[in-house]
Order: sequence, then C-alpha cells, then structure tokens
Amino acid sequence: MTRASPPALRRAAEALAPALVFCAALVAWEILVRVREIPPYILPSPSLIGATLRSDWPVLSSALWVTLKTTFTALFLAGAGGLALALLFARWRWVERSLFPFAVVLQVTPIIAIAPLLLVYLEAGTAVLVCAFIVAFFPVLSNAVLGLRSADRNLVELYELYGATRWQQLRLLRLPSALPYFLGGLRIGGGLALIGAIVAEIAAGAAGRGAGLAFRIVEAGYRLNVPRMFAALALVSLTGVAIFVLFSVLSKALLGRWHDSETR
Amino acid sequence: MSASAHAPSVRAAAPLVTLQGVRKTFDTGTMALDGLDLVVREGEFLSLLGPSGCGKSTALRLIAGLAAPSAGSVTWRGGRRPELGFVFQEPTLMPWASVADNVWLPLRLRGTARATAMPHIMSALALVGLAGFEHAYPGELSGGMKMRVSIARALATRPAILLLDEPFAALDEITRFRLNDDLLRLREELSATVVFVTHSVFESAYLSSRIAVFGARPGRVTQEIDVAEPLARTADFRASPVFAAVCRDASAALERASALEGAP
Repeated sequence: MTRASPPALRRAAEALAPALVFCAALVAWEILVRVREIPPYILPSPSLIGATLRSDWPVLSSALWVTLKTTFTALFLAGAGGLALALLFARWRWVERSLFPFAVVLQVTPIIAIAPLLLVYLEAGTAVLVCAFIVAFFPVLSNAVLGLRSADRNLVELYELYGATRWQQLRLLRLPSALPYFLGGLRIGGGLALIGAIVAEIAAGAAGRGAGLAFRIVEAGYRLNVPRMFAALALVSLTGVAIFVLFSVLSKALLGRWHDSETR
Repeated sequence: MSASAHAPSVRAAAPLVTLQGVRKTFDTGTMALDGLDLVVREGEFLSLLGPSGCGKSTALRLIAGLAAPSAGSVTWRGGRRPELGFVFQEPTLMPWASVADNVWLPLRLRGTARATAMPHIMSALALVGLAGFEHAYPGELSGGMKMRVSIARALATRPAILLLDEPFAALDEITRFRLNDDLLRLREELSATVVFVTHSVFESAYLSSRIAVFGARPGRVTQEIDVAEPLARTADFRASPVFAAVCRDASAALERASALEGAP
C-alpha cells in the first residue's frame, strides 16, 4: 500500500456516499411499498415510476421539452434584459431610482397571483413564458447592478488617473468585476425560472394546451394517475438539478479562466 | 542626478509642485486640510508623516489630481502635471488579469498595444525584482509581491513623480525593510521625485531627504525636517547618529502637533 491510497480511498468514499444513500432510500421506498402492499394510486414504488417514465415517455418527453424551452427562453431573456437594465442603472442613477420600484413590486408580488391576470391578457404559452421571465429577472438584475457597482474603488480611481474612457472602464473593469455576481444571479434565476414556468402552467390548468410538465402533473392528478404524477415530478426535479449543475460548471469554467486563459 | 543625493542641494532644487493655502472640506462637512503649504522639489524623497486622519493621504490625492482643493491652489511647474505614478495602500490589482496585464494597464488605457508595451512591462517587472512572474495571477502572489506588481504598474509609464500612499503599512517588517531598500534603489535608477505617505517615524527617517510632519484637525504641515544624509542608504544608516536624531526630531514634532490639537 502506498501512503497516498488511504486519502484517495476516503475521497472516493466521500464522493460515493451521497449516491449510496440515495440508492438506499430508493430501495427502502420500494420495500416499504411492497411489504405494506400500498396501492399505486396512494404511493407508487420507484420501479413502477421508472416503468411509467419509460411507457409514458412520448407524452412526458414532449412535456419536458416544452418546459425546458420555456425555462431557458425565460432565463435567456432575464439574463440579457437584466444585464442591459443593470448597465443603464449603473450609468444613470435616476433611471434606477425611477425603475427599481417596478422591479421590486414585480418581485414581491407572488407570481401565482399574477399568473391568472396574465392568462387573461396573453395566450397561455406566452403567459407561462412571461411568468418564468418575471421571477428570473429580478435576481439577475439586482446581482448585475451590485456587481457593476462593486468594482474596487481604488481601481476606479486608478483608471481615472490614467484618463480611461467610460467604455474602457466598463469593458476592462466593471464588467469583469460584475461577472461573478452576474453568474450568481443567473444560477438563482435559473432555478426560479423553472419554478415560475411550473407555477404558471398549473395556474393555466386546462387552458395550458402548450402542455409542459406541470400541465401533465395536473392532468394526471385529475385522472388519479399517481405514477405518472411522480414520473413528471421526477423530471421537474431533474431539470432543476441540471440547471443548477449547468451554472455551477459554467461559473467554474468562466471564473477559472481568469486564472488560466491569458497565460500563453 | 547626484544633486538629489545631498540634502542641502535638494533645498536648492526647483519646485516641481506647490500647494498653497490649500483647504479641503468633504461633502460631509469634515475639514481634512486647512492652510496647507507644501512644496515638492524635483528629485527629492519627501515623506508626509502624521497620525491617521491628519489629511496626509488627502494631500497626496490632491497632488495626484484625484480630488480638487476646496480653496487654495496646486500648481505644477510649467503649468502641466508631468507623468505620474500612484501606489495605493492596498495592491489594488485586477484579480482576473495576469501580472503582465496588470502592469500593462496604464499603457493600455492610452491605446498602447500589448506587444508594443511588452518591453516596458518586462523592464518595470525587472525593476521591482519580479522578472519571470509575468504570467502569474495576483491570487498566486504573496502580499509583498502584489505590492511590487503595484509599484511596477506605477513605473510602467516612466513617471517623473511617484506618489505612494502608505504602501507598506499592511506588510510584515522584514518585507517592509526589503521594499524600503528597493524603493530607494528605484528612485536612484529612475531619478524620479517621490512623495511618500507614512505614519511610521522610522520609515520616514530611513527613506526621506525631507519629512513634512502633519498635524490633525485641521490637517496642515506643522514642521519640516531635512535629513542630512545622501539617499544611497543601507541598513547601517538605521544605526547612525543622523538617523537617531531625525527620529527624535520627528517624534518630538508629532508630539507637539498632537499637543496643539488638544488645545482649544
């Protein structure tokens, strides 16, 4: 045995532990359902949920696609819009003072209460997209504003000392300073966009012929098709986890590059 | 020039910048400086010595043009501010940029391409003893090395006058002593004028050809002390009678200044 292997083993165990615990929980669930003979319309077993995922895949996959499309469109719009507005805010205080209250009102009003109104005005698919956008927008905006403002004061003075133009200051100082904050905002916004899309679709109910995952959950609920509810729910959770992982990786790649990209 | 190496000839050197009857009141109503008269002569090493909050940093910022006086004047010889380097109390580096790119900044802001600037960047880094570190990132350097990068950046434009705002205050004494010696060597090689803000009697006595002692509330120069010793100094100087005398005089001047402050 080399001296390096025990820590390596421990690290492997640490990495495996969460997966093992998760599997153990699934097995316990399966055993519970079989031993107590719980009917599937009360609590389906994991194996049945898995089978449902496979058998209902045509329906569920198109629903997943709709939800993914809505979430990422909303997130993209929130990212672009949030950054653009943050740039205006950082440049002109009066713009921020006049527009920020609107952003706050939109943020603090529960989306579930806005959704029915949007559904009156907009076609269901659009209304869902707007709801997802509204909830994702605020964290991106406020983080981007914070980031643009958080440039080192002394560095700002140094730029002024050397006669930097506004554009130089923005490109070389404020945007790089804001990047970690912006990515943090996107990560939060990503999770919220998914929640916004789901909530709006549930509010849309039968009107939601766009048919995302939440619509399938509601629909399966009416039919007491509990296994399909669980299957759709599993896909929602997986989507949320995937978004989180995506932005963690993205932020690691972009911020890590600060330290490597310029070396040549 | 050798003229700068001897205190009496420094006296005779031409004024580079003159502060006359300067007052600085902040927006908060605090009067940082009042009735400040100060002449910086070409080629000298002038220390601004005083307790924290006495306005010595404000005086330096006025010289740099980072702030404007509320009353009085800051006049440069020939009416134009020469090329100027500024070093802050913190290293104030851009963490996302390599050492070379940080040093490139002052030149880059003036539109000098990286390739064109590279010889200047390398020679500035060599001057501060950081040759070979151009690809490193600030996060990988020690506090003393970061400060060297900061000094190299200030030297990149070959300034005629170097302003340093308590640059070594946060460093350990061993590193500080080494950087003190390096600073004296740099001044010699660049034949630059140096204005150095510090609250350390010993540091000011070791480095300066002249010390301006500041009193607080309001900040002004209460006494000026000439150091009658050529600027080519070694650690032996710290054990010399001249050094001891300067330290004694400076300490006494600080004492008097704070006694004045206590008076109504």
